Amino acid sequence: MKSGSNLEKVLQAGRFAVTAEIGPPKGGSGRVVESTGEAIRQAADAFNVTDNQTAVVRMCSLAACALLARMGMDPVMQMLCRDANRIRLQSDMCGAVALGIRNILCLSGDHIKFGNHPTAKGVFDIDSMQLIQTVKMMRDERKFLCGEEVAGDIPLFIGAVENPYADPFEWRVHRLAKKVKAGADFIQTQAVYDVPKFARWMEEVCEAGLDRETHVLAGIIPVKSVGMARYMRDYVSGVEIPAEVVSRLEHAKDVKEEGIKLIIEIIEQVKEIPGVHGIHVQAVGWEEIVPEVMERAGLLPRPVI
Amino acid sequence: MKSITAAKPLQEMVDQLGAAKKVAVLGCGTCPAMMRTGGLDQVMELRGQLESRGFQVIYAEVLPVACESLPLEARQELARGCRTADAAVVMSCSLGVRAVCDDLDMPVLPALNTLFIGREEPSGLFVEECRQCGDCILGRTGGICPITRCAKSLLNGPCGGSVQGRCEVDPSIPCGWQMIYDRMKALGRLESLLGIEPVKDWSSSWHGGPHLVKPPQG
Repeated sequence: MKSGSNLEKVLQAGRFAVTAEIGPPKGGSGRVVESTGEAIRQAADAFNVTDNQTAVVRMCSLAACALLARMGMDPVMQMLCRDANRIRLQSDMCGAVALGIRNILCLSGDHIKFGNHPTAKGVFDIDSMQLIQTVKMMRDERKFLCGEEVAGDIPLFIGAVENPYADPFEWRVHRLAKKVKAGADFIQTQAVYDVPKFARWMEEVCEAGLDRETHVLAGIIPVKSVGMARYMRDYVSGVEIPAEVVSRLEHAKDVKEEGIKLIIEIIEQVKEIPGVHGIHVQAVGWEEIVPEVMERAGLLPRPVI
Repeated sequence: MKSITAAKPLQEMVDQLGAAKKVAVLGCGTCPAMMRTGGLDQVMELRGQLESRGFQVIYAEVLPVACESLPLEARQELARGCRTADAAVVMSCSLGVRAVCDDLDMPVLPALNTLFIGREEPSGLFVEECRQCGDCILGRTGGICPITRCAKSLLNGPCGGSVQGRCEVDPSIPCGWQMIYDRMKALGRLESLLGIEPVKDWSSSWHGGPHLVKPPQG
């Protein structure tokens, strides 16, 4: 075991894993994090907390993850390269371990321009690839980037992201291979709506043998409304929503119900794609729907290992 | 290589001048003249604008190369021309402002923002090509700088926001990593991008006070 996290155990046992995202509040209320956690704790194996997602200031991922860990949940701390240099990043990892966090997700981060402080200075001291390497070095070699020794263990299960829909498409698997080489134990993908394109990418992932070296969790974003689908189609970078998905929602009598049906269909389809080891559900601002979706997708109860 | 500059808003100039009444306006005959941000026409235009806001422009000239030290005679002439001025306004990049500070004993104010060093594309656009990081990696990235051309300065790009060759930050920006990919593909060197570019040494860049270099001895 690299970290002993619940997510690692579930994946090691060869079970189909479920992770769910929790967006922290725009303030200091731990109660908000705890009540969201309470509402969905039975519905997933581990819980990502975003790190100032879309460059909007929120409670830090580290603190929210620590609250979830205190409740006995298995948090995945998201960590961005946008807002901190290598000193802060490594220091936060040490703090995270001390507070019982056992999973980390390494990202470069949405650009500052998209957020509520667009005039801030971006840090980008290291990139996501190098952040993955850094965690692995701290965990496996017990060394900081500078070569100095880390006191004690850094048992973190290392995650990374990949977007199968970004360009150049033919380079995406090579870039994934680089992330795996860097040390990514699991991969959470951008939201899947175009299942055939995702399947094509997964085929390449398996051909390259990466499915045996890492665990790919397919990204799932439940759609609540037509407006949300259109917004994601037009404005969320890296998300590709086929026209028929939008029109299916536009013509639905009960859009919410249709959205849930759509997501369950996608989950059922990605489950059958070789090499997919789980899903990552990002119901941002709609976390309470996760138990229902998981129930109807036949993914409950979650395994206890 | 050119210093790419843009005019500051007139109100900012007026605010910078504060209580000054008599003003000298100096342009630069190199990059700003070529970019039409600090040539003779722009010097005269700013002179008119300042006069319309109540300032008295007592001297208006274009220095041949504002960033270079002036010969003694020229320096004396400049000092004479500006002698009664309360402040000098310089339409050059920050290097020109610095150089004029050495020559004039009065507040020397920038009329331009120094944007970047870049070059002019055939399209007529001035494009940023270098962040002067002090540790050039162009040899590994097909001659295209990821620190400059990638919005996140990724050394192992492209990120998930690269769509059809455009950057997620603004579709008018070409994705730097797509450019690198295309170039390396054309050169048959894609496999060299499979390696992980290590953490960068930024100590030669941005922080730690001004850099000083002695040229090699000839």
